[in-house]
Amino acid sequence: MQIDLFHFTPWSALAGGALIGLAGGLLVLLAGRIAGISGIVGGLLDGRVLNATDRNWRLSFVAGMVLAPLAWLAFSALPAIQQVASWPVMIVAGLLVGLGTRYANGCTSGHGVCGLSRLSLRSLAAVLSFMGAGFVTVFVVRHLI
Amino acid sequence: MLNIIALITGLLFGLGLMLSGMVNPAKVQGFLDITGNWDPSLAFVMGGAIAVGLVFFQLARRRTESLATHEAMQLPANNTIDRRLILGSIAFGAGWGLAGICPGPAIVALAMGNLDVLVFVIAMIAGMGIFSLLQRKG
Repeated sequence: MQIDLFHFTPWSALAGGALIGLAGGLLVLLAGRIAGISGIVGGLLDGRVLNATDRNWRLSFVAGMVLAPLAWLAFSALPAIQQVASWPVMIVAGLLVGLGTRYANGCTSGHGVCGLSRLSLRSLAAVLSFMGAGFVTVFVVRHLI
Repeated sequence: MLNIIALITGLLFGLGLMLSGMVNPAKVQGFLDITGNWDPSLAFVMGGAIAVGLVFFQLARRRTESLATHEAMQLPANNTIDRRLILGSIAFGAGWGLAGICPGPAIVALAMGNLDVLVFVIAMIAGMGIFSLLQRKG
């Protein structure tokens, strides 16, 4: 292992992380709900259990996320996005992410940020599993294939 | 009130994803590449998020109703670590590693006008839809 000092951005990472934690923290304290994106979006798609209140706050949260780039543009140019996967790989990856996060009841936000902040062992198990799988997958695609 | 809180926290969440670098798949994969030229930034994202989140979640835990909307707290009650959790998370991690994208950043990147991510978002929504269909049958 070597550290990629050229791409390492500790300060913006910490500040961005703090913002993410603030968002999740405010949502749970003020409104009693978990900022888990796969659950919020998946619940909208599922539709079975949602009443109008439940549907509307989810839509509002997603609308807020969608407005973020516009708000950002008021102050600065948008950050770079560099894709790493071809379209066929993206399709496989998207299916895995969609199915996996729903079976596991959460992703990087729900289990990672909110679950670990809640000191949930279940979320810790989820995070170790998806991080581990992420490390192994990137090792395979970058160094073995 | 609930919808305004959701809108504002969604906005903050999205801005956090942009500032932290999570919206850039190359950066995410750089973090997951521990045996290569490793970019530890995303560990700092997690650290920053949990440091702030801990304070709020410890306050939230002690409450029976939410501070602004005065409803019962909707905190997860499930503590079981089962096959479904582990296998689901492994599948998610594999997809996350392949594309460097997780659900939140996928939505924000699409809103940033990145059309390449549209393929991922459609596949992700399809995956979630397949889950819902399978649950309905089972």
